[in-house]
Amino acid sequence: MIPELGQFALILALCMAIILSIFSIAGAARNNTDWMSLAVPLARTQFLCLVIAFAVLVYAFITNDFSVTYVANNSNTLLPLQYRISAVWGAHEGSLLLWALILGIWMFAVTLFSGGLPEEFVARVLGVMGLISIGFLLFLLLTSNPFERILMAPAEGADLNPLLQDFGLIIHPPMLYFGYVGFSVAFSFAIAAMLGGQTDTSWARWARPWTIISWVFLTLGIALGSWWAYYELGWGGWWFWDPVENASFMPWLAGTALIHSLAATEKRDIFKNWTILLAICVFSLSLLGTFLVRSGVLTSVHAFASDPTRGVFILIFLGVVVGGSLLLYAIRAPALTSTGKFSFISRDTFLLINSVLLVVVMLTILLGTLYPLIIEAMGLGKLSVGAPYFNAVFVPLMIPVAIALGFGIFTHWRKDQWSRIWAKTRMAAIASVVVGGLMAIMLVDSAVLKTAVGVSVALWIFITNIISLFARRKSLTLGFCGMSCAHIGLGITIIGITISSNHSQEVHKRMGPGDRVDVAGHTFELAKISQIPGPNYQATEAIINVYRNGEIITTLRSQKRIYFARGNPMTEAGIDAGLTRDIYVSLGEPLEGNDWSLRFYYKPFVRWIWLGALFMGLGGILAASDKRFRLKRTKKSAIIVDEDAALSTA
Amino acid sequence: MNRYLLPLALFVVLVLLLAVGLGIDPKLVPSPLIDKPLPVFNLPKLKVPDDSVKSSDFLGDVVLLNVWASWCVACRAEHPLLVELSKNSEMLIYGVNYKDTRADALQWLQRFGDPYRASAFDQHGLTGIDLGVYGVPETYIMDRAGIIRYKHIGPITREVLDNTILPLIEKLKASST
Repeated sequence: MIPELGQFALILALCMAIILSIFSIAGAARNNTDWMSLAVPLARTQFLCLVIAFAVLVYAFITNDFSVTYVANNSNTLLPLQYRISAVWGAHEGSLLLWALILGIWMFAVTLFSGGLPEEFVARVLGVMGLISIGFLLFLLLTSNPFERILMAPAEGADLNPLLQDFGLIIHPPMLYFGYVGFSVAFSFAIAAMLGGQTDTSWARWARPWTIISWVFLTLGIALGSWWAYYELGWGGWWFWDPVENASFMPWLAGTALIHSLAATEKRDIFKNWTILLAICVFSLSLLGTFLVRSGVLTSVHAFASDPTRGVFILIFLGVVVGGSLLLYAIRAPALTSTGKFSFISRDTFLLINSVLLVVVMLTILLGTLYPLIIEAMGLGKLSVGAPYFNAVFVPLMIPVAIALGFGIFTHWRKDQWSRIWAKTRMAAIASVVVGGLMAIMLVDSAVLKTAVGVSVALWIFITNIISLFARRKSLTLGFCGMSCAHIGLGITIIGITISSNHSQEVHKRMGPGDRVDVAGHTFELAKISQIPGPNYQATEAIINVYRNGEIITTLRSQKRIYFARGNPMTEAGIDAGLTRDIYVSLGEPLEGNDWSLRFYYKPFVRWIWLGALFMGLGGILAASDKRFRLKRTKKSAIIVDEDAALSTA
Repeated sequence: MNRYLLPLALFVVLVLLLAVGLGIDPKLVPSPLIDKPLPVFNLPKLKVPDDSVKSSDFLGDVVLLNVWASWCVACRAEHPLLVELSKNSEMLIYGVNYKDTRADALQWLQRFGDPYRASAFDQHGLTGIDLGVYGVPETYIMDRAGIIRYKHIGPITREVLDNTILPLIEKLKASST
C-alpha cells in the first residue's frame, strides 16, 4: 500500500506542475495577478509531493520491501543501512526521482528567496521550472516508474552494485544533480526575461548568486566523482574522459563561462545575447548529459539492458525544451542590444576571451564525446575517442584561459592602457616563468617542459591574484575574495594535474608474503595476506609495510572483495595520503601458490587536484554571499540593491 | 534575424544525430574476423579431458560455435534456444567453455541441458583472445571452408535466430557442396 502512496504523490506532483506552468505563464502574459499568485503555493505543494514520493522510496529501501521491483533489483537485506539509503539513487529510476526532487528543492528555494523580485518575473521563472518538472515527472511515470511492483516478491534482493557501496557515491550524485538542476534556475531566469521582453540586465544580477551556487555544487560533485574513481577503481586514475564524466564537465565549462559573462552583462550592459545563449546552453548541456547517460546511446556494449524508449523520450524532451528556448532566443535576441561600449584593451575584452575560449573547450569535448556516434551514424564503422585526443585539445586551450585570467583581474572595465596593465603584471609574469622554469629544471628529470609550463601558469595565477587581493586590501568585498579564492583554487588544481600526470611512478609486480619492491624511494613489503569477512562480502586483505630509508613509515591495507549477491569482485586500494604525495597500493589477481599481483603507485601532488576544487567551491560560496546580491524587500516589490556594495565591487 | 537562428539550426543537427544514434544497436560490433578463417586452436574437451577439440574438426561442415560460461547469466537466457536448435535440426553446435572451472561447467550442462557436439575447455581464455571475445556469450558461424561468416555478441534471441542465423545457415549449406 505504501509504495502506491509514493506513486500517487508523483502523479499529484505532475498535476501541480501542469497547473503551475499554465497559470503562471498565462497569468504573467495576461497580467492576471490572481493567476500569478498561484505560482508560489503550487510550486511549494509540488515540492511537498516530491518529498513524500522520495520518502516513500527511502522507506521501501529501509524496510527491504522487495515487492517493489526497483528495491529488489538494487538492495539486499545484508546491505548496511547507509547503503540501503544511498541505493535509492543507485540506479536509473531512483536517480531520476532524485533529479525531480532536487528540481523541486530549487523551485522551493526560488519561492523562498525571490520575495523582492517582480511578481510576474517570479511567476514566469516558476512556470518555466514547472514545465521542466512536467517533462521529468512524465518520464518517471511513463518509462521509469520506481514504484513498480513485482507480482511474486523475491525473498532476497539482487544487491546494490558494489562499486556504489562507498561513501563517495552516497554524496556524489546528489551534489552533481544539485549542480545540474541548479542551472535550471539561471535558465528559467533567462527564459523569463525573454518571455517578458525585458531588455535591461536586472535578470542577470538576480541570476548570478543562483548560478554561482549551482556551479559550486557541480564543482564539488565533479571533484568527488574524480576522487571516488581514484580510490575506488583501484588503478589510481582520477579522470578518464569517458562520456559520463564529459557529460558533467561540459556544463561545468559552460557554467564557468556563464558566471563571468553574467558579471559583465550585469555591470557593463554588454554581451546580453551571449549571456542568454550561455544560460540556455548550460542547462541544455545538463539535459544532454542526462540523455547521454540515461539513454545508453554512448554506453559500452555491456549495457545489455538499456531501453530505447527512454532514449526517445528524453530526446523529444530535450528537443522541446532546448529547441523552444533557442526559437524564443531567435525571436527575442534581435531586440536585445547591448548599450555598453568598450575598447579592445579592457576587462570586458578579457572576459569575452575567457568565455569564448571556455565554450570552445566545451565544444571540442562535445565533439570528442559525440564523434564515435557521428562516425557510426554515417556508417563509417566504430571507433572510440580517448584520453589522447582530449588531452591534446584541452591543455593547449586552457593555457590561454589561465594567462588571460591574470591580466583580466588587473584591467579596468571599459577602457584601459596596455602599458598600465603591463606595469602591474610585469613582475608577476617574470617571476612565474623564471620560478616555474627553474623548479622544473632543478627538481625533475623528465617532462621538464610540460612541468615548467604547468607550474608557471599556476604561479602566474597565484601571484596575480594575491597581488590584486593585496592592492584591494582596504576595500575588499566578499565577491572579490571569492573570485580570488576560486582562481587560486584553479591554480592549485593545475599544479596537481601537472605534477601527478607527469611524475607519477608505478610498478606492477607478482609478490608472495615477505617479498619487497622499491618504488620512488620507498620500499614496499608484502607482510601478510589474509581472509576477512565483511557484512555482504568476503575480502582478501593484503597488508603492506612501507619503508623509507630503512624506517617503516606506514602500513597499508588493500582488499579484494567478492560480493555475495552478485559474485563480482571489487578492489579497495590502500592509500597513504599526503599533501605532497600519495602512496597507493592495490591488490590485483591471485596467481599460483600464495602469490598475488600487486600494483604500487607513487603519486606526487595528486591531492592538490581536489584541494583546488575545494578552494573553487569556497570561492563560489564567498562570492554568492556578497551582500550586493541580497534583495531588499519593499512594499512596491521593486528592487533596491545596496548601492554602496554595488559601487565597491564595480 | 538569420544569425540568431544559427544556434537553433546547430541544435537541430545535434538532435538528428542523436536520433540516428538511438537507432544504432550498440551490440553490433564489426569483427575483424568476419570472412577470415577461424583462428587455429586445440583445446581439451570439457567432458573428456584426454580428448581434444581442434579448429580443424569443423572443416567440411557448417558449424555454429558458441562461447559460454557457467558464471554468465546471459548465457542461461540464450541456452534454451540452443538446446531447442540441437534437438530440432541437424545443426552442428560446438561450444567454447570460457574462463570456467570444469566442475561448474559440467554441473551447468547437466542442469540446463547440453546442446553441444562438444565443448572446448578454454580455462584461461587464451583461445577467447584469439577469437576476439570480449563479452560472453558470443556466437560464430563458420562455412564448410572454416571461414567465419557471422558473429553475434550477447545472448541469441528468438528473433535473431529465426531472422538471421537460420537463414544464413540454410544459405551456407546450400551454397557450398
